[in-house]
Amino acid sequence: MSAIQFWTTIFIVLSFTVYIYIAWRSRVKETAGFYVAGQGIPTVANGAAVAADWMSAASFISMAGLIAFLGYDGAIYLMGWTGGYVLLALLLAPYLRKWGKFTVPEFVGDRYSELVRTIAAGAAILISFTYVVGQMRGGGIVFSRFLNLPVAGGVAVAAAIIFTYAVLGGMKGITWTQVAQYTVLIIAYLIPAFAIAQTITGFPIPQISFGSVLAELNALSIEFGLDSYTEPFTARPQIDVFLVTMSLMIGTAGLPHVIIRFYTTKSVRGARYSAFWALLFIALLYSTAPAVGAFAKFNILDGVGGTAVTELPDWIESWEATGLVTVNPDVDTIESISNNAADGADLTVDNDILVLANPEIAGLPAPVVGLVAAGGMAAAMSTAAGLLLVISSSASHDFYFRRVKKGHASESEKLLVGRLAMAGAVVIAVIGGINPPAFVAQVVAFAFGLGAASFFPTLVLGIFWKRCNAKGAAAGMSAGLLFTATYMIWSLYISPGSTVLNISPEGIGTVGALVNFAVAIIVSKSTEPPSEELMELVENMRYPAMTRRDGRPVEPIAEQAPPAEPGGV
Amino acid sequence: MSESRQPGAPDNDWRVQYWKRNLRLMVGLLVVWFAVSFGAGILFVEQLNEIVIGDFPLGFWFAQQGSIYTFVVLILVYALRMDRLDEEFGVDERDAEGNRL
Repeated sequence: MSAIQFWTTIFIVLSFTVYIYIAWRSRVKETAGFYVAGQGIPTVANGAAVAADWMSAASFISMAGLIAFLGYDGAIYLMGWTGGYVLLALLLAPYLRKWGKFTVPEFVGDRYSELVRTIAAGAAILISFTYVVGQMRGGGIVFSRFLNLPVAGGVAVAAAIIFTYAVLGGMKGITWTQVAQYTVLIIAYLIPAFAIAQTITGFPIPQISFGSVLAELNALSIEFGLDSYTEPFTARPQIDVFLVTMSLMIGTAGLPHVIIRFYTTKSVRGARYSAFWALLFIALLYSTAPAVGAFAKFNILDGVGGTAVTELPDWIESWEATGLVTVNPDVDTIESISNNAADGADLTVDNDILVLANPEIAGLPAPVVGLVAAGGMAAAMSTAAGLLLVISSSASHDFYFRRVKKGHASESEKLLVGRLAMAGAVVIAVIGGINPPAFVAQVVAFAFGLGAASFFPTLVLGIFWKRCNAKGAAAGMSAGLLFTATYMIWSLYISPGSTVLNISPEGIGTVGALVNFAVAIIVSKSTEPPSEELMELVENMRYPAMTRRDGRPVEPIAEQAPPAEPGGV
Repeated sequence: MSESRQPGAPDNDWRVQYWKRNLRLMVGLLVVWFAVSFGAGILFVEQLNEIVIGDFPLGFWFAQQGSIYTFVVLILVYALRMDRLDEEFGVDERDAEGNRL
């Protein structure tokens, strides 16, 4: 066992022990009444939990690598996955918190109708599923490198662990476990980043110091047949950069497993501050990622470019075993470098390994490498477990219980259906993880496109436009989802590579959202308005408190007629 | 619509006011959100890249750093301003002892 494998095992075992210990302790406290009404979880802790839930293998493992090869164009991920929180904080979280129903299907079921609930549950399953595939791939890469397995074996090991973890149950609900996972992943991300910044530039804050390598990086990139690093729109045309960024932002705001987190806060105000803390914690990693990407690229171009094949650094050999790094056997010196095997470059490096390999590339000691692996697993785990729970709750509660059995199913029956859905999702996700249609971050981007086209418009209209009715929402959501999924399938499989107006399948979600908005408004306008009671309920979402401070109730109507439960319990 | 809920009716005047102020704040912050990320980071990135500050081409900096910092500040400003607005209109949430939740 090499030093790297030793430290990786130590850190992964250690961090998992901590998660399980915290989960177990919190359970004990929970039964002792620790979380009983009114106590709530501090907004800072809730923010850290949102951040852990949110930052997945795509953020941790894949993103900096993508940025390294995309240069400026990598900004689509940086802005897209942070800017959505502004929309979430300003347009959705406080209002959904006030409404009091916390899964997306529950909210739309109350606000609109059972049909809309079913469509939303279907969309939640589809989106979460696409997203899980990305996590499996990310977790698989970690194991494949550190257990010396081919990627397929690594994916199978990761899937087995994630499945066990999700089935253990309850963990996801326990915020403190996710706080611990956030701590592990952010430390694992920042330590090597600071060390590399110090080594290369002599100044340890990567956010500031990576500016000093940009000019040289541009020159090196051109020398090795790549695009200039800071030059915009080399990988995607401007219109597509715009649309993909927007699609990721509005997709973020509508993601079911993120929205669900805002109800652990004790108040509407708490939901706003949770969003702030969450984005602050996310920004710590997201502002570091572009520096990591730039340094990694600099290290590769500077350290490997122009080197004789016989004198390549050790990390290349160790990563070659995974099949994610390949050296062209016919060359003597490395004169071209690419992230795409089709380019036929002398050295091909997969995007997804850069963050994991970065400490090795920079020659940092083995414990740091092990820590990064543990951080990658924490990121993949916390997100995958949350997603699997969304899949199982949507399948068992919203489909089976509400739709198939019309509210007549026992708890154990529901649990069984939920677990079957989860197991099915894991099996298909393993197959998807072994043969992904694209890189981790791209797979995830498809999930966001689907979310952007389905949930965001329906939620925003449901909150801000009282006149929006069930028919409009159902029509809008179906149209948006159908349009987006069709375009993705067409552009990826039926006619690979073809696009309309240069819009990539990752960016089509923005257009899908517009389709959703338009259809929902037209159909709502041409059908009867929702009931008076419902409109009053929607109006009441606007005011945080139940009563004004002078004792007058905020909701005059609700006092006369108790709020209807349109779904019926 | 029943008489008591007509917007502008004396008893509900505060609701209209509160909502207007909320929307005005929201729209203002969203304009900044759009201008910094889509404006400086994407639409005008080439022009801004002509300016180099501290080794960073400015458009590139906005796209990969500046916009992220701006987003964090925007949410903080929103939360703080809404605290004030809720208090002014008496719709802030308080527990039995009158402490803010």
